[in-house]
Amino acid sequence: MQRPDMSVVLAGITMRNPVMTASGTFGYGAEFADYLDLESIGAMVTKGLSLKPKAGNPTPRIVETPGGMLNAIGLQNVGIDTFIEQKLPYLKDVNTPVIANLYGNTLEEYGEVASRLDGLAGVAGIEVNISCPNVKQGGIVFGTDPGAAKEVVSLVKRNTSKPLIVKLSPNVTDVVLMAKACADAGADALSLINTLTGMAIDLERRRPVLANVTGGLSGPAIKPVALRMVWQVAKAVKLPLIGIGGIMNGRDALEFMLAGATAVQVGTASFLDPSAAQRIAQEMEQYLVDNGIDSVRSLIGALEV
Amino acid sequence: MQFKSMVISNVEVSPNYFRMRMTAPQELSSSVPGQFVMLKVNDAIDPLLRRPFGLFDVGSFVPEYAGCGAQVYCEILYKVVGKGTKLLSTLHHGDLVDLLVPLGKGFQMGPAGEEKVLVGGGVGLAPLYYLAKQLKERGEKVRLFAGGRNRDDVLCITEFERLGVETYVATDDGTLGERGFVTQVLERHLASGMRIFACGPTPMLNAVAKMSEKHGVPCQVSMEAYMACGVGACLGCVMKGANHSDETPDYRCVCKDGPVFDSFELQWS
Ligand SMILES: Cc1cc2nc3c(=O)[nH]c(=O)nc-3n(C[C@H](O)[C@H](O)[C@H](O)COP(=O)(O)OP(=O)(O)OC[C@H]3O[C@@H](n4cnc5c(N)ncnc54)[C@H](O)[C@@H]3O)c2cc1C
Ligand SMILES: Cc1cc2nc3c(=O)[nH]c(=O)nc-3n(C[C@H](O)[C@H](O)[C@H](O)COP(=O)(O)O)c2cc1C
Ligand code: FES
Repeated sequence: MQRPDMSVVLAGITMRNPVMTASGTFGYGAEFADYLDLESIGAMVTKGLSLKPKAGNPTPRIVETPGGMLNAIGLQNVGIDTFIEQKLPYLKDVNTPVIANLYGNTLEEYGEVASRLDGLAGVAGIEVNISCPNVKQGGIVFGTDPGAAKEVVSLVKRNTSKPLIVKLSPNVTDVVLMAKACADAGADALSLINTLTGMAIDLERRRPVLANVTGGLSGPAIKPVALRMVWQVAKAVKLPLIGIGGIMNGRDALEFMLAGATAVQVGTASFLDPSAAQRIAQEMEQYLVDNGIDSVRSLIGALEV
Repeated sequence: MQFKSMVISNVEVSPNYFRMRMTAPQELSSSVPGQFVMLKVNDAIDPLLRRPFGLFDVGSFVPEYAGCGAQVYCEILYKVVGKGTKLLSTLHHGDLVDLLVPLGKGFQMGPAGEEKVLVGGGVGLAPLYYLAKQLKERGEKVRLFAGGRNRDDVLCITEFERLGVETYVATDDGTLGERGFVTQVLERHLASGMRIFACGPTPMLNAVAKMSEKHGVPCQVSMEAYMACGVGACLGCVMKGANHSDETPDYRCVCKDGPVFDSFELQWS
């Protein structure tokens, strides 16, 4: 049998397979170049970029919890200008689409960062983070109020001609409402989910473990929540979806596709296994071979309920 | 690089302290003391993250199987403190672990002729042994100042002595060597023309960094931080650089910019 067709098209971005790396877990790409072939994965998403460089939160910033980890990095990043000068040239030479993840501290900043990325060669699309639980201003406000989300997404839309992906927060009562608001405002695709707000306590010291007190939970522990949200949104919104949350292997990734995702992002798994994204793409392909399926696209939303 | 490694031996050298020898890739023979490994204790999702350990020793051995050539091994020296290290202590000869090696920036040995002063607390002696070995191979004069809470915390002193390292020991309770902090012993011996290499608990490194500044002796410290990726991608392991302030943030990645830093690069309390 011929090798199965693993390619997908997401909001106009053609990817050799559905596996992307998740923002904040893959640095700016080069960090992982020794461990996997960057040209074997579908796309790379950069660490969240802001207008000015951002210091991030005090330490400790991470702690392990059963089946997951909490992080309160606080969106530390080099800032949009340094990214363009120092990180993008390397990424440009890699034959894999690069999605720039961005956020703003204010509404205007979202627009400004998006416009600086517009027209830049080497950036295939942008992913707007309206869902970071670790920064006081911005982020979460836009991610939990449908009105604010609509506002920020329409502003970014006016400032970019690139495919616009909006990354949703799970920290809401009704994710479908948020998804619809973003769709109405002009999003071309939706990513879900970002981390779930959580907390860890040091019983001996009687203090929170993280300096920031709370952090974002990621890893296998959040997969069932992420799957449920992808499935709910897939039924309600016509946009292509990117499934994120606790994907550790090819089977996890395919479950997200059955639930309605066109592509997936691999986050925490890259910390345990720096070649995870490449391995997951191979495992997905092997599943298709084993089951005589000739295109991965035939699995998108194929869940029987 | 990522490497599936086989445990060769794993023995308790002092209550709660283990020394584990593992097969290693050829590349590790050119590793630098102070570099570290990230080890996945098992395939399960609990514990989820890899655990970082300094390289205690790297060398070569000839396996007992017929026809085998020399192979590289590496060793770690670790203290059982929690879930991951507890599991690690149950591994036996023949078990497999997944390693990322060699990570981070190690010690810079500096010009020949100076006296090399190693300062270690507890399990902080681990990377210093590999360093001492290389310094002695270069024919340098090496002194070790080792500290711990009690005699059980002072590890592998005879190994250092076997290398020809002059050793000074201090324990909080006086059960081995002098009673008190090792930094007090160190201070009596500090003089110009020395170079300090330190690894251990942060308060100890803090004291050593201050002392080195006072005496004008160059000092490198090996730092610890909670790590997730080990390769500079997650930004979980950062610490404050010397010029850090809220307005001009200066965070250094312990895994990528360190774990070994010149002491003046960091902000001390
Ligand atoms: C670069 C580097 C080199 C290291 N080298 C050595 C070494 O040679 N030998 C050795 O025994 N240990 C070393 N450590 C510390 C070692 O990584 C931790 O002790 C280990 O990860 C604890 O795992 P655990 O699952 O047993 O503990 P957990 O169950 O995760 O935690 C138990 C306790 O250990 C503390 N702890 C957890 N992680 C760390 C950490 N990274 N640093 C300090 N304390 C921690 C926790 O705060 C907690 O109180 C090193 C750490 C770093 C960053
Ligand atoms: C250390 C860390 C940093 C992250 N930084 C960002 C970020 O900058 N922007 C963003 O949109 N998401 C960020 N995330 C969220 C991830 O992209 C992803 O949505 C989440 O980790 C869930 O996926 P996982 O379970 O596969 O890790 C971060 C996650 C982690 C663990
Ligand atoms: S451990 Fe991830 S950046 Fe250092």
